[in-house]
Amino acid sequence: MRTRALYAGLLAAAGIVAAPQAAAQDAVKEIEKYREALQDGNPAELWEARGEDLWKRPAGPRKVSLEKCDLGLGPGVVKGAYAQLPRYFADADRVMDLETRLVHCRMTLQGLTREEATKQPFGAGTDRKSDNDALVAYVTAESKGVKMNVPLAHPKEKEMYALGEKMFYFRGGPYDFSCATCHAADNTRIRLQDLPNLTKPAGAQLAYTGWPAYRVSQGELRTFQWRLNDCFRQQRFPELAFTSDASIALTSFLARNANGAEFKAPTIKR
Amino acid sequence: MHKTLFAAACAAALAGCAGTSPSGGGSDAAVRAKAVDVMKASFKERGIAKLDRLIQDETQALCSQYATTAPPKDVAARIEKANMALIKPPADGQYLGDWKRGEQVAQRGTGFQYSDTEKTPVGGNCYACHQLSKQEISYGTIGPSLYNFGKLRGFTPEMQKYAWGKVYNAHAYAACSNMPRFGAQGILSEQQLKDVVALLMDPKSPVNQ
Ligand code: HEC
Ligand code: HEC
Repeated sequence: MRTRALYAGLLAAAGIVAAPQAAAQDAVKEIEKYREALQDGNPAELWEARGEDLWKRPAGPRKVSLEKCDLGLGPGVVKGAYAQLPRYFADADRVMDLETRLVHCRMTLQGLTREEATKQPFGAGTDRKSDNDALVAYVTAESKGVKMNVPLAHPKEKEMYALGEKMFYFRGGPYDFSCATCHAADNTRIRLQDLPNLTKPAGAQLAYTGWPAYRVSQGELRTFQWRLNDCFRQQRFPELAFTSDASIALTSFLARNANGAEFKAPTIKR
Repeated sequence: MHKTLFAAACAAALAGCAGTSPSGGGSDAAVRAKAVDVMKASFKERGIAKLDRLIQDETQALCSQYATTAPPKDVAARIEKANMALIKPPADGQYLGDWKRGEQVAQRGTGFQYSDTEKTPVGGNCYACHQLSKQEISYGTIGPSLYNFGKLRGFTPEMQKYAWGKVYNAHAYAACSNMPRFGAQGILSEQQLKDVVALLMDPKSPVNQ
């Protein structure tokens, strides 16, 4: 059963190519890669280990670790923190998602400049690894098995959520697309790739709790923020800036809609 | 610029603008306007994708406003009328091009992304959303199946004209359609439009086998 679902998923993944024959060949290749990757467990663990090291090792001009960083549950508490993000942080007077908070801590605790703390938000091969990817892998893994419980109490949390909802339905660009074009109906797909209905709890829960993911086809760990960016690319929009308010607002909307579901990532995807 | 558009959108549908958002403070229109401002400050131009892509035309603004409810009848009628006016018939009056090239346009998914350049061939990516020929099993389901489109609807001049108009500007016939306005937004060339119309309407096209 599981194998069948997996197989279907991989076939779907390869379905983006034109001819069915080429698709079948691609699917076989993808399955081989997938099997290889699974043999030694989820390669995301490599990112998690590097992230734990980055978290614990003194760094930056001040030569301190990130262990005093408050991710919302108190300084140094990592366990379960991601399941309650984004949230309002009084010390910054701003709603922050994980990435934004990590940048904040690296600046305020370790003394990095914004430029240093935000460079290379996404990995690109072994010679261009991303510290952000690693830290996100470590922190999110510490919420595995925890129920999503994103707060919506502070007025700024409510505002971010409401803005994210509007952005989800914002149509623009040469193709008139919004997130809702592809993610507001049940049981639809693009080519053979299933599309989650992100306007319903079940779809939002399934989608949100599965990121970050090790992408076999890319050999990279991909964060939820990366997923947003890549969907905006397909939406024919310009580039969503890392840790921008729109990024935090959309993440707030989708994370909150996932409340009640068990967090499962980092996962492994085709 | 966008402020005026939003004001226009609000004037068109006072009811929608007076409503309050269930989760946030402020009127629905105010939240929407703020979301636009926040988006403008949150994107960077990249390659061919410039920031002007965040400036909505009236159709986009209204369809965003009524995304969860579907536009009221009078608004829908206005959107359809405005978009109908944008449809240009082919210069030589011939709607049908070459279905073989049309199939290529229907298969191709590139164009207009920041990962593309001005030189990247632009496709219609019809298969992303529609079933077309029987042979292509990798098709999406956001739109209805178009298999046997011409055969079922009739190979008439009226249907050719409709198919042209639909691909040129889907909103002319269905306000707030999820389908891109391939002609009106300058996505496909006149020749490419003719070629996909042939894919739908040529009796020899695999769509009609
Ligand atoms: C033109 C189509 C399109 C648009 C527009 C689009 N997406 Fe997607 N999205 C996809 C496709 C296709 C996938 C599946 C990709 C895959 O399986 O690799 C996807 C996947 C996702 C996922 C992950 C689902 C999962 O279970 O792994 C999320 C979350 C998501 N999109 C959110 C968004 C948001 C938010 C927006 C708007 C900013 C958006 N998408 C706009 C096509 C789109
Ligand atoms: C992002 C999704 C999407 C893409 C891409 C797309 N369509 Fe559509 N199309 C739709 C939807 C949704 C409908 C139904 C709503 C409507 O009529 O506008 C539709 C309707 C149609 C219809 C009308 C069907 C009828 O029964 O009258 C035709 C014809 C059509 N599409 C042709 C095309 C062609 C040709 C292409 C590529 C050049 C294309 N579409 C690309 C989503 C899409």
